[in-house]
Amino acid sequence: MNTGIPIQYFLILATIMFFTGVYGFLTRRNLITILMSVELILNSVNINFLAFNRYLYPNKLEGMFFSLFVIAVAAAEVAVAIAIIINIYRRFTTINVEDVNEMKF
Amino acid sequence: MASNQIMFILFAAMIIVFSVLTVTSRKILRAAVYLLFVLVSTSGLYFMLNYQFLAAVQLTLYAGGIVVLIIFSILLTSHISQKFESSGWKKNVFSAIAAITGAILSIITILDYKFSATTEAAKEVDMRLIGKSLLSVDYDGYVLPFEVISVLLLATMVAAIVIAKKSGPAKTQSPTLNQE
Repeated sequence: MNTGIPIQYFLILATIMFFTGVYGFLTRRNLITILMSVELILNSVNINFLAFNRYLYPNKLEGMFFSLFVIAVAAAEVAVAIAIIINIYRRFTTINVEDVNEMKF
Repeated sequence: MASNQIMFILFAAMIIVFSVLTVTSRKILRAAVYLLFVLVSTSGLYFMLNYQFLAAVQLTLYAGGIVVLIIFSILLTSHISQKFESSGWKKNVFSAIAAITGAILSIITILDYKFSATTEAAKEVDMRLIGKSLLSVDYDGYVLPFEVISVLLLATMVAAIVIAKKSGPAKTQSPTLNQE
């Protein structure tokens, strides 16, 4: 099925994706693009879990269920984050992180 | 070269190119569409690893749900034609140095490590097995995280409504949004 593709290829691909997300997280200033970088990071971790599960422990299902729960948590996180972002936009009319520096409620 | 290797190279190239474009694109809507391409290629990788259910979940939840939410909030909060000014070159350079250093260290570690697979027979992942594992309390059961996730989703729904609803009389809200 996966003949000719070592597990290291999957792990290196996930590493590159993860650090691309880290780069975006550090350089972006818009809250939504920061959220998109976080999505990249979560996805690369999922690839790692599934590759480990399929290559090293194909008799178990831990990696698959962990990825399933990571996806569910990511969906919840995005829903709350976007509610917060829209609330911030209502209050400050911007979602640039450098202009939003007040936590007064 | 076997066909699955060609498929893997295709998916890997798509993931790398589009994730770099996602974090460097100056137009926010384009960045969201590139993110969609990354997520779809990831689900292709899941299909290659023979996890069909998870690939379907990835397509429907990530590509169908989360990207639509992100695009929706982009349309609510920014002008489509607006371009970001690039953040200072110092920030870019140092972030790139941090990311590349981390990536190189991780890749060296991965290449050094000797992975040893188990010798037991592989389990066929079908829908029946997934459903039984999710609701079983045995050794291989996942009913506790399943219940915790359901409580989390309920809390998320309540939280999203509470956060996003207008609180009392409009105090400092922008005049453009009050007419809805």
